[in-house]
Amino acid sequence: MSSVILRIAARSLTPLLSLASLFLLLRGHNAPGGGFIGGLLAASAIAFYAMALGPAPARRWLRIVPRTLLAVGLLVALSAGLPALIAGRPFLTGMWWHPELPFIGSLPLGTPLWFDLGVYLAVIGFVLTIFFALVEAEGEGG
Amino acid sequence: MQFLTIILLLFAVAAAAPVVVRFTRDWSGWLLALFPAGLFVWGITRLPDVAAAPLLERVAWIPSLGVSLSFRFDGLSALFFLLITGIGALVVIYAGGYLKGAPRLGRFHAFLFLFMAAMLGLVLSDNLIALFVFWELTSITSFLLIGYNHESVESRRSALQALLVTGAGGLALLAGLILIAAAAGGTFEFSELLQRAEQVHASPLYTPALFLVLLGAFTKSAQAPFHFWLPGAMAAPAPVSAYLHSATMVKAGVYLLARMTPLLGGSAEWHYLVTFAGAATMLVGALMAFAQTDLKRLLAYSTVSALGMLVLLIGIGTDLAAKAMLVFLVVHSLYKGALFMVAGSVDHEAGTRDVRRLGGLLRVLPFTGAAAILAALSMTGFPPLLGFIGKELMYEAKLQAPAAALLLLASGVLANAANIAVALIVGIRPFLAARERRPAGVHEGGIAFWIGPLLMGSMGLLFGLFPDVLGEVLIEPAAAAVRATQLDVDLALWHGVNLVFLLSVFTVVLGVLLFALRRLARRFAGRVRWPALLTPTGLYHGAVGSLPGAAAATTRLMQNGSLRSYLVTVIVAVLILLARALLSLPAFPVEWTLEGVALYEYGLVLLIIAATVLVLVARTRLVAVAGLGVIGFGVSLIFIFYSAPDLAITQILVETLTVIIFVLVVARLPQLRKRSSFFTRLRDGTIALASGAVVTALALLAAEVQFRPSISGFFAENSLAQGFGRNVVNVILVDFRALDTLGEITVIAVAAFGVYALLKLRRTEDEIPDDLSASDEGKEEST
Repeated sequence: MSSVILRIAARSLTPLLSLASLFLLLRGHNAPGGGFIGGLLAASAIAFYAMALGPAPARRWLRIVPRTLLAVGLLVALSAGLPALIAGRPFLTGMWWHPELPFIGSLPLGTPLWFDLGVYLAVIGFVLTIFFALVEAEGEGG
Repeated sequence: MQFLTIILLLFAVAAAAPVVVRFTRDWSGWLLALFPAGLFVWGITRLPDVAAAPLLERVAWIPSLGVSLSFRFDGLSALFFLLITGIGALVVIYAGGYLKGAPRLGRFHAFLFLFMAAMLGLVLSDNLIALFVFWELTSITSFLLIGYNHESVESRRSALQALLVTGAGGLALLAGLILIAAAAGGTFEFSELLQRAEQVHASPLYTPALFLVLLGAFTKSAQAPFHFWLPGAMAAPAPVSAYLHSATMVKAGVYLLARMTPLLGGSAEWHYLVTFAGAATMLVGALMAFAQTDLKRLLAYSTVSALGMLVLLIGIGTDLAAKAMLVFLVVHSLYKGALFMVAGSVDHEAGTRDVRRLGGLLRVLPFTGAAAILAALSMTGFPPLLGFIGKELMYEAKLQAPAAALLLLASGVLANAANIAVALIVGIRPFLAARERRPAGVHEGGIAFWIGPLLMGSMGLLFGLFPDVLGEVLIEPAAAAVRATQLDVDLALWHGVNLVFLLSVFTVVLGVLLFALRRLARRFAGRVRWPALLTPTGLYHGAVGSLPGAAAATTRLMQNGSLRSYLVTVIVAVLILLARALLSLPAFPVEWTLEGVALYEYGLVLLIIAATVLVLVARTRLVAVAGLGVIGFGVSLIFIFYSAPDLAITQILVETLTVIIFVLVVARLPQLRKRSSFFTRLRDGTIALASGAVVTALALLAAEVQFRPSISGFFAENSLAQGFGRNVVNVILVDFRALDTLGEITVIAVAAFGVYALLKLRRTEDEIPDDLSASDEGKEEST
């Protein structure tokens, strides 16, 4: 897998795909997308990078250990349930906040988005934890 | 709330005990003893109220299950309350001296108070489930206390043995209590159950409930054949033996039987089972005690014997027997608690518990010796001690027993004589005789060592001289609770020369004779060798020893490491369940038509079928994986046609990743050389086709039959209004059903770590398996 075309494509496509995955995450509430799909796409982007350039550069590009991402994702999702608890509602009830921002207008922010972010991170962490473990085991002739 | 407060207070003391010990060191025993002593005084002040009517209190705990923390303070509870707190205070003082400077004294006191709280909860509970919870807690604290010297293998083994035997009994008890509640129409409150005793007796559940409750009581109170754990429990420090394993916890079974007498008692089964178990235990304990040479083992077996006497008296089931049982309960707690503390002191000072190496101790241990002699005299039933009254009452009860009176009497005389011999061996001879065997350098260890035994010994004398006090204040209300009617209890020391008195004299003579013959008995007992599987201990060891083998066999069967057999198990199990459900339908209400199916849909289906065939006939793994990929993408196309874009996108991404990961794995696998045998393939093909057929039928059925009103409408309507989102699927995932999603991402996290661990384990197999985590961390950092 040392094709020049693949390597150059990976360098430019992986950031784009990651951006697309964020876009899918954010639009998910109203159109096809969401944390699960976004996370899978982001993970695919990094898997692509790893196949083109090798796992070590891919890990450097990601910067964060996938297992950490998985744990952080779980924590984020869990914490999304807390505002409802504090407000005396059942755990994980969606709580919304509509701040007025200049140029944008009313921006709907809510705990479901925060929750979806947790799902997004957990899915990336899940796929990449297994993926890297497999890729890196490959070289050792198992 | 007063009773709940008491129990919570003791839990709090248990939690604070380590800190108290750290700051007050040698005074901690005295300081901590203030709590049980205070409760003891409080208990005495409540006695006049109890005599009138039981004090009841109820705090809701799990109302939906009928479980409440309800308490009942009647005569029986009061008697146990005073024993637990009174002896508890003395034991705590004694432990402060006995374990002075021990590194884990704080923990010891914590366990001891935990036990005290549990034991009080047990005797105060009015709710059967609450009673069971406290019952189990006493088993657990007993385990912790027996295993106090956890460096010793013997301690750990004894602790586990006690826990397993009483724990198994506890489970039986729970089942029995639930059956009682079921027989009585669903209440767990003892006060209410008392009104329904006849209903319980008439129920078909009565006999199984009785068996189970008796099993629980017999294991706890070390009745034969479950008696063997109690001598083992003597691995615990002396204060524990004095408190848990003679005065209080082992009497929990006796308490339960006494408590249950008005509810379960009176039937022939009850009478025969309880009487027989008690009589057998009484004899086994007495005869085994007689042959021992270790102070604590002598006392342990005689405790077994005494517990048997108590159970036997409950089994006789007359008013007189109840009275005798309660008096003997007090007698035994006082002398046995004292003697165990004395044994601990002797061990502590002289460094041995072997009675053959002890003698002439009274001169060097005057206070301890006085306590020992008082207690031993009470144990022999010598007038004017309380033990004498206890024994007279016991003989009288047996004489007037409704059945087999003579047999009971004869075995009672024999057991009492053996116990007299034990009392002489333990409490008299080491202190008064054989001065030439006095170990060097022995002296009193301090007031904490002898105050408890001496007080308990003196109580035996005081109550013997003034038995009316005990009889009226304590025994009368307790007997009323056991017999469920008001009873008159007049205790007197002297009844004149009658049959019972002559029996007492005869017993003492026989006991002294046995004492003289003790060497012969030891030699005889040393020679008898039972086949291991015929003894309860042998059975226990056999059962516990075969557990690892059984576990290994089960694991080999269930977890054989072959992914294929797991898959076969899972699929066949699901298949059978689904097929059964489908076949139980009266008719298969599905009609289908192929009208309106577009040409491209036929094409897609054909593509999927072709890919499936490709997978089946593929000669290399890579081709098979590619075929699977085609199937997956085909399915996502179906999702797109039927407007489920979220599902389609997810499916495409998952398929992509699956193919990538498969390729990675396939690269590591050897070539497909050996194919399965024809029969294996036939079997697998059959299972696959059958499961495909069943799932297809299920899918068709699900589209056709509406079992419950659909909730899709609710989601569609409320998605925008309440979830502020137009993508219904996503709103369900992150809002309406967010808890499910949270569960799912937790599952994938666990799965990821499982896969990760498996892969890493494989990798380091040849390297250093112990240092797995360390080497992983290193690799993580270097990348």
